[in-house]
Amino acid sequence: MTPHSTDPVYLDHAATTPMRPEAIAAMVEELGHLGNPSSLHAAGRRARRVVEESREQLAEVFGARPSEVIFTSGGTEADNLAVKGLYWARRGGSRRRVLTTSVEHHAVLDSVRWLEEAHGAEAIWLAVGDDAMILPGALRAAIAPAPEQVAVVSVMWANNEVGAVQPVGELAEVAHEYGVPFHTDAVQAAAQLPVDFAASGADALTVTGHKLGGPVGVGALILARGAAPVPVLHGGGQERDIRSGTLDTPAIRAFAVAAAACAGQRADEAERLTALRDDLVRQVLAAVPDAVLNGPPPGPDRLPGNAHFSFPGCEGDALLMLLDANGIACSTGSACTAGVAEPSHVLLAMGAGDSRARGSLRFSLGHTSTKHDVDALGLVIREVVDRARRAATR
Amino acid sequence: MSGGVDSATAAARAVDAGHEVTGVHLALSANPSSYRTGARGCCTLEDARDARRAADVIGIPFYVWDMAERFHRDVVQDFVAEYAAGRTPNPCLRCNEKIKFAAVLDRALALGFDAVCTGHYARIRDGVLHRAADSGKDQSYVLAVLTSEQLGGAMFPLGDTPKAEVRAEAARRGLAVADKPDSHDVCFIADGDTKGFLARQLGPAPGRIVDTSGAVLGEHQGAYAFTVGQRRGLRVGTPAGDGKPRYVLDIEPVTRTVTVGPADGLDVIEITADSPVWTGCDPPTPPVAPVDCLVQLRAHGEVHACTAWMDGDTMRVRLHHPARGVAKGQAAVLYQSDTVLGSATISGTSAATSRLPAPAGADAT
Repeated sequence: MTPHSTDPVYLDHAATTPMRPEAIAAMVEELGHLGNPSSLHAAGRRARRVVEESREQLAEVFGARPSEVIFTSGGTEADNLAVKGLYWARRGGSRRRVLTTSVEHHAVLDSVRWLEEAHGAEAIWLAVGDDAMILPGALRAAIAPAPEQVAVVSVMWANNEVGAVQPVGELAEVAHEYGVPFHTDAVQAAAQLPVDFAASGADALTVTGHKLGGPVGVGALILARGAAPVPVLHGGGQERDIRSGTLDTPAIRAFAVAAAACAGQRADEAERLTALRDDLVRQVLAAVPDAVLNGPPPGPDRLPGNAHFSFPGCEGDALLMLLDANGIACSTGSACTAGVAEPSHVLLAMGAGDSRARGSLRFSLGHTSTKHDVDALGLVIREVVDRARRAATR
Repeated sequence: MSGGVDSATAAARAVDAGHEVTGVHLALSANPSSYRTGARGCCTLEDARDARRAADVIGIPFYVWDMAERFHRDVVQDFVAEYAAGRTPNPCLRCNEKIKFAAVLDRALALGFDAVCTGHYARIRDGVLHRAADSGKDQSYVLAVLTSEQLGGAMFPLGDTPKAEVRAEAARRGLAVADKPDSHDVCFIADGDTKGFLARQLGPAPGRIVDTSGAVLGEHQGAYAFTVGQRRGLRVGTPAGDGKPRYVLDIEPVTRTVTVGPADGLDVIEITADSPVWTGCDPPTPPVAPVDCLVQLRAHGEVHACTAWMDGDTMRVRLHHPARGVAKGQAAVLYQSDTVLGSATISGTSAATSRLPAPAGADAT
């Protein structure tokens, strides 16, 4: 195995992506200024103005009204606020059902599970197909029998592991037919797809800064007027009393700058990344013909920059380690405690067996990806897979 | 890299020696607790973090390998089964034999690595295992089970250094684990209560406590709570007729009978042992003629002068003077000076001598 001598190749943009230079510059500049945006004096008002201008910028990017943008510490917090907050706000009498899919990000999944364990909720898991797409009619079938029992529905806009793009507009429409609020985690979708809050019909929508080339540590829950989740954080009453805590002015500014930059090039980027991704898929399958592409076929139902493969006879963590040693970064796509990878819950929900779920890798492209990255992977993937196969437990 | 000072320092030395090193922490428990509580047990999430931070300081890649299933099968279940069979196992030995220098080594070699390096206190010279310079910390006893092939894929950078110096070196290198206490006892029994662990695994298995004449002295709740040579915890109501303390002489697992008797009942002059591994002879095969050497019969035990020979597939060891506290299931490790000749698992003990075979060539007249 030849050690790499070239620059590192980063194929894990779904985990995080390089911060855009203009976002870094904006953040650094703002870091030098003083002022708590909640203060009433001049310094506070100056900071407050930066926050509000950022809010307006983000609202425009995401097709929302400024008053609908609630700043949080990121996507996980926004998901928690939406799922728990809307459940608690709507809980009463027989209304204790939370409808969601089993391919959601853990920030939604674990929040739902916790509500079940600790708050008397009943989780209804909407069926997905072998491509992780929600089955047509699944939401209606789950709500219709007893809509008054449903507190909230949450379905992600695009899946972070296999890139499946859910029919969010249709789902929101069905939920509203029965008077049930609809939340969608658009963390992955926001970077590569046109995410328009108003057009989608969603009541709540999660976005985060670091997937767009902004900083880690800031995100937003976009919340329709009339949606009134019970707060998770209590305190100074910031963000319409929905999310207390001093606002991080520099991060918020950088978030807005990044979102605007991202939106400005989104359509071109989507086309460019689609071509790169399709080339990556071609090269991997040419080198490893028995590799399986997981998720929807490349097209409108799949995120432009996402590829996800199962490599028969291999363990994902061995593949990851070997690619890492070759200077190529990717992901097995699943959360882990103590560094031990668990089989992907998304793959398992798609009906893949345990060994296929464990033998998978996700390659995700972003705004700094080039053909060089794709070619570098294509060059070594065969050798890596062969070695990983030799190392698989007998 | 366990998260302890030895493996961290060993990794650092391997880097200094010019090797391309990757740090691996073994996840051996399906449900590791978050924090270390005291020095007992090992491999909590905190230990994993300590290992990761050591790798950061040393400047090497770091991964966690999940060996929990194999460890449970090959080490934990073996440990319980041995006690159930009336023997006293050494799980560290089994872990070295089946996990560290088997499962881990096999995987490493398949992935393109050349060897597994650990913080064990032992030395390898020309493919032969030797005691460490620090005789108090020497771990050659639990490594002697390794075959020549396994030793060929092993590296022990700490073998030439006293423990105290290793800690000082770790501190000089900026490794925060320099002050971390050594873990002791069985790594997978976090509270140190082996009896309790076995009772939970095996359940109550009552039987009789008898003396050497077969007279019943009392009852016990599980023969697995006893070990040959044990004196404490016998809980036999009446004292011995001769007033002398009683010791566990034998554990018979089928009838669950524990035999106790006076100290001289523990005297053993000959031992049989199974699954021998010979690595220290030249060539590393079982010697044809009986070998005069030293034998160690438990971890951190003293050595005994002896003569060892092969009887078919069984190793026989005749002690030159009786030894006490020899338990089936432990290893008999043969040494000549500091060199390990071989190792086998004790299968039987005898107070009487068997016939020594004729020296090779004696009949050829």
